[in-house]
Amino acid sequence: MVSITINGKKVKVPKDYSILEACKELGINIPTLCHDERLEPHAACRICVVEIVGMEKLPTSCSTKVEEGMEIYTHSQKVREARKEILNLLISNHPLNCLMCDKSGDCKLQKYCYEYNIKEVEYVGEKKNYPIDDSNPFYISDQNKCIDCGKCVRVCSELQCTGAISFSERGFNTHVGVPFEMPLEKSDCVSCGNCVSVCPVGALIPKRKERFMYEETKRVRTTCSYCGVGCQMDLIVKDNKIVEVHPAMGPSNKGLLCVKGKFGYKFVNHPDRLKKPLIKKNGKFVEASWEEAYSLITDKINEIKGKYGTESFAGLTSARCTNEENYLFQKLFRAVIGNNNVDHCARL
Amino acid sequence: MTNSIEEVLGADVIFVTGSNTTENHPVIAAQMRQAIKRGTKLIVADPRKIELAKDAEVFLQIKPGTNVALFNGLMNVIIEEGLQDKEYIKERTENYEDLEKLVKDYTPERVAEICGVDANDIRKAARLYAKADKAGIFYAMGITQHKSGTHGVMSISNLALLCGNIGVESGGVNPLRGQNNVQGACDMGGLPADYPGYQKVNESEVKEKFEKAWGVNLSSKVGLTIPEMMKAAEKGTIKFMYIMGENPMFSDPDINHVKKALENLDFLVVQDIFLTETAELADVVLPAASFAEKDGTFTNTERRVQRIRKAIEPVGESKPDWEILMDIMNRLGYKKKYSHPSEIMDEIAEVTPQYGGINYDRIEKIGLQWPCPTKDHPGTKYLHKGKCARGKGLFMAVDHTESAEQPDADYPFILTTGRMLYHYHTRTMTGRVEGLNKISSESYIEINPSTANKLGLKDGDKVKVSSRRGEITTKVKLVDIINDNIVFMPFHYADGAVNYLTNTALDSIAKIPELKVCAVNIKKIS
Repeated sequence: MVSITINGKKVKVPKDYSILEACKELGINIPTLCHDERLEPHAACRICVVEIVGMEKLPTSCSTKVEEGMEIYTHSQKVREARKEILNLLISNHPLNCLMCDKSGDCKLQKYCYEYNIKEVEYVGEKKNYPIDDSNPFYISDQNKCIDCGKCVRVCSELQCTGAISFSERGFNTHVGVPFEMPLEKSDCVSCGNCVSVCPVGALIPKRKERFMYEETKRVRTTCSYCGVGCQMDLIVKDNKIVEVHPAMGPSNKGLLCVKGKFGYKFVNHPDRLKKPLIKKNGKFVEASWEEAYSLITDKINEIKGKYGTESFAGLTSARCTNEENYLFQKLFRAVIGNNNVDHCARL
Repeated sequence: MTNSIEEVLGADVIFVTGSNTTENHPVIAAQMRQAIKRGTKLIVADPRKIELAKDAEVFLQIKPGTNVALFNGLMNVIIEEGLQDKEYIKERTENYEDLEKLVKDYTPERVAEICGVDANDIRKAARLYAKADKAGIFYAMGITQHKSGTHGVMSISNLALLCGNIGVESGGVNPLRGQNNVQGACDMGGLPADYPGYQKVNESEVKEKFEKAWGVNLSSKVGLTIPEMMKAAEKGTIKFMYIMGENPMFSDPDINHVKKALENLDFLVVQDIFLTETAELADVVLPAASFAEKDGTFTNTERRVQRIRKAIEPVGESKPDWEILMDIMNRLGYKKKYSHPSEIMDEIAEVTPQYGGINYDRIEKIGLQWPCPTKDHPGTKYLHKGKCARGKGLFMAVDHTESAEQPDADYPFILTTGRMLYHYHTRTMTGRVEGLNKISSESYIEINPSTANKLGLKDGDKVKVSSRRGEITTKVKLVDIINDNIVFMPFHYADGAVNYLTNTALDSIAKIPELKVCAVNIKKIS
C-alpha cells in the first residue's frame, strides 16, 4: 500500500494501482474514452489527465501508477482546461448531428462536452467523408463519427481474438476498417458486436428497427438464454420490448458476447409467439382459455391414470427452462403423477 | 466442468476435442485464444479442421468415432516415455495397472491407422500434454454422441488422471454444455434415475427423504430415458406425454421414428414459446413465457447458478413455465403454492446438498458455483481439490470399438453432425432473427473437393442424401476442412433436417444416441 493525497484527501491504495484505478475505488469520476479495464492502458485519448503536484505536464491517469506521497488533483482548473481542449479538438471534425444520432444519450463525447461546458465549436476543422458501411446485418460503421480511441480494434484483436478490423491509413485519415477497404461483410467479422458494445460514440452502432432514446429505456441484468457459457448481459427495454442487448462483466464472459447473445434477441417479441393455449379439434388447433386447457389436461391425466396406470405417463423437461421450472416438472411427475419417467435433451 | 471458465487463462496447455468451440461456445473460445496469445499451447483433435485448429500446436484430424483409440494412443506414449505423474497416480488414484496393461496395445502406429492421423503427431500431442504443468481438456458432443460416448469420457478422465490434472486449477475435465441450462436440468433431477442433486431414485434412504419433504409416496423404479420413452410410445405402453421446451421432432435421431411414436400417443401436451414441429403433433399446446419474461436461475457449464430477471411482461396470455406447472399440480390435488421462483429455490436448497447454501439474496450480484452446501460456503471454483470426490480417482481401462454403422457399398460416406455459429439447436429462436437468417438461411452439406469430384458435384449443387432411415435434400458446400469420404451437416434446418438420417444406436450406459456417425449416400439431383 502507498499513501497518496487525492483532491486534498489522504488515502492508502495498493501500490500497483494506476491513478485511475485509485480514483475509481474512491468514487471519483474521471472521464475516459479509450480506457477499458480488460486491456492494457492505452493513453491515446488523454481525456483522463490529472494534475500531480511537482510535475509540469499533466499525465494520463490510466497509465500512471500511484507513488508514495503523490499529491493528485483530478478536477483542478488546469485539468479542466486540458480536458476541454481535448474535447474541442475531438469535435472539430465530428459531425454534430446529435439530434439524429442513435447513440445520443449514451455517447461519451456528448456527455463530456456537456459536463465540461463546451458551448460552441472552437476549431472548425476539415470533416471526414467516409461512406457508411452497413453491409453487416447487425451493425453500422460510420467512420465519420470515429474519435480514433482504438477500443474496437483492440477488443476485436486482444479479447475477441478475431482481428477482423484494424486502423487504416495515418494522421487525419486514420480510420477503422477492414484491410483493402473491403466492406465488413467480406471480412473475418463474426458479428459478435463486442466492438459495437465498447464504442464510446456513434461510429459503431447496432442497426435499429425501433425508435427509442436511452433515457426512456430500462436496463435489466440477466443471463443469456443460448449456450451453456452463462454470459451476463443487460436487456435494454422500452415499452415491454427488448430494443438492445449490452454485455455485462460476468464471471464467465468478462464483458464479451457472441452474435446470438448480442443480436439474437428478436425472437422474444416475434409475432409468431404463442399467445393463447391451443386445443386440437378435428385435426386443427383452436384457441382456448387457460381454464379449458387446464381442465382438458387434468381430465385426460385422471382418465388415462385410471385406465392404464401411472406407468403410462412420460415427460420431457427442458434444458431451456430455469432450475425452478425443472425442479417443479420432475416433482409433478414424481410426486403427483407417480413415476420417474422424466428426461430431457441432455444427450442431444 | 470440473474447473471454471476463467481458469482457461492460466493453463499451460489446452486440449480441445470434439468441440467446435469458436462456433458453439464463442465466448469460451475467445478466452482460449487470449490464453494462446499469452503463450498457452493448444492441441486440437477433431474430424474437421475447425477454426481453433489454426491456432493449434498439434492438430489431429481424426476419423469420426475413434476418440477412445486416440486417448489410449496418447496414454501409450506417455507411459512408454515415463511422462506420467507417478506420485499423483500412487497417492490419488486406483486401478492404474489395468490401464497400463490395456494401453500397451495402442502403439502410436496402430492408433494412427485407426484414427487416420500421423503417428508422430500423436507422440507430439502426448508429450505436450504430459509435460505441461497445468493442462485442461475441453470437450463437447463430439466425444459423447457416440455408441462409445461414456467410454470416450472415461478415456479423457484417464488421460487427465495419468498426468495429475484433476483437482488442479486450470486443469481438469471440462465438458462444454450446449444449452443454457442443461447443467441445471440435470442438477434438478430431470433424469429418470435421479432426484435433484443426483440422488438415486432406487435408494431407499433417498426415497424416504423425498417422501418426507414432499409429503407423498414415491416410486423407486428407475424411469425411462427419451429413446426408451419413444420406443414405449410406439409400442403403446406410454399413452400420455408432456413435453416442455423441447423439440424432439427435430433434435432426436431418426425423426420418422419419433413422429410415429408421438402420433401413437393418446394425449400429448406441448408447452413452448413457438408452435414447434413437436407442438404441431400435440393435443394441447400451452404458451410459455420466454426467459426475458420471468424470474429464475440457470446453471452454466461451470456449475454457476445465475439469475435471470423479468424484463418485460409475458407476451399475450403466455405464462412462465413454473406457474403453469404449479397450476397443474394444484389442480391434480397437490396444493403447494409458490408466490415467486425464489421460494422454489429455497425448497431446492432444502433437498439438494449441492445447492444447500444457495438463495436469491446470495446470487443477486454474482452467481455461486455448486457444490455450495451451506449458507456460509463460498461455492466451488474447481472440483476434486486435494482428493477426488469419490476418494481415489478411478482409472477405467476401455478399448476402442467401432461405430455402429460403417460405410459400405450402399452408403459409402460417413456423415457427422453439429451446430454452427449463427444458429441454435432447432432454430425456433434464431430462425426468427432476420440478420442470422441473412447470414445462413438453409441447410447444407460440407464435402471436400476430391469427394465432390468423384460424385461430379460442384458448390451449390442440390443433392439427395440418404441413409438406412431416411432421405433429405440439401445443398453442397465445398470445404477443405474435412477429409475425403467424410461429410458434415448442421442439424439446425427444417429443410433437409439431418436427423431423418442419423442413427438411433445408443451408448449402453448413458443411452446417448450416436448422432456423430452414420453411413450415407449422396446423389446429385439434376
